[in-house]
Amino acid sequence: MSGRLQPGDELPALAVTPDRYASARYAGACGDFNPIHIDDEFARAVGLPGRILHGLYTMALLARAQTEALGGPGHLKRLAVQFRGVALPEHEIVIESVVKEVDGLRIVVSANARQQDKAVIRGASVELEA
Amino acid sequence: MALEAQAPALELAPHIYAVGREKIREYARAVGETNPLHLDLDAARAAGHPDLVAPPMFAVVYCGAAIEAALFHPELSIDFEMLLHSGQEFEWGPLVVAGDEIATSVTLAEVSERIGMTFYVFESSSRNQRGELVCSGRWTEVVRPRQ
Repeated sequence: MSGRLQPGDELPALAVTPDRYASARYAGACGDFNPIHIDDEFARAVGLPGRILHGLYTMALLARAQTEALGGPGHLKRLAVQFRGVALPEHEIVIESVVKEVDGLRIVVSANARQQDKAVIRGASVELEA
Repeated sequence: MALEAQAPALELAPHIYAVGREKIREYARAVGETNPLHLDLDAARAAGHPDLVAPPMFAVVYCGAAIEAALFHPELSIDFEMLLHSGQEFEWGPLVVAGDEIATSVTLAEVSERIGMTFYVFESSSRNQRGELVCSGRWTEVVRPRQ
């Protein structure tokens, strides 16, 4: 599909509802066992609604939306995000991506991750290679 | 207005991470990857890769120990309970595959203070056993003040 991409095109959206144990599995996979991600009681004690997903997990979903759209991991060349809000397990996360610029093989995309109408990542800057 | 403080030059040795096939599978499943390049050895080899391919965001795994060593550096004495990951940037080179050994070096690039919060920007650079730059990272961490 990349050969036909034009500025303004939307890449296929990715919708994921992380299950109850998603952040525990991600903690094991990445090695970040900060209790705000795995322990509801601890998370509430520091003012969070409950255990939250890792920001880098949401960023990985955003990255996956790009590589799935382009057809593989080698197409993603650069990704820059700012974490704007927290995401919770058991609620749908939606990744939306819009093409901003196409220059030969290089495709610049702006992407968002949102959950329940709140931005978790807004205006992520993505560079892809077709 | 941001106050730029001198970023201390931390003495940090590079960390070497040996990329394992099952770790790639574990990571890929944890983030919902279904591309067979990350999960199915025959498919990865059929596509011309020597072994399973790591998803780009697997950078978090092979950079982990090097970043942790920087964050826990005694010279910074970061208040971990008040620490938030505020931004992340990665730029990727050649794909990482199982069997690679990735050496990651980290430097503290910037320290600044804004409205009572301290921002730390770390830069990582990760090279494979052939010396190819597989990933550069920029990690922005913020420490909020205690009330």
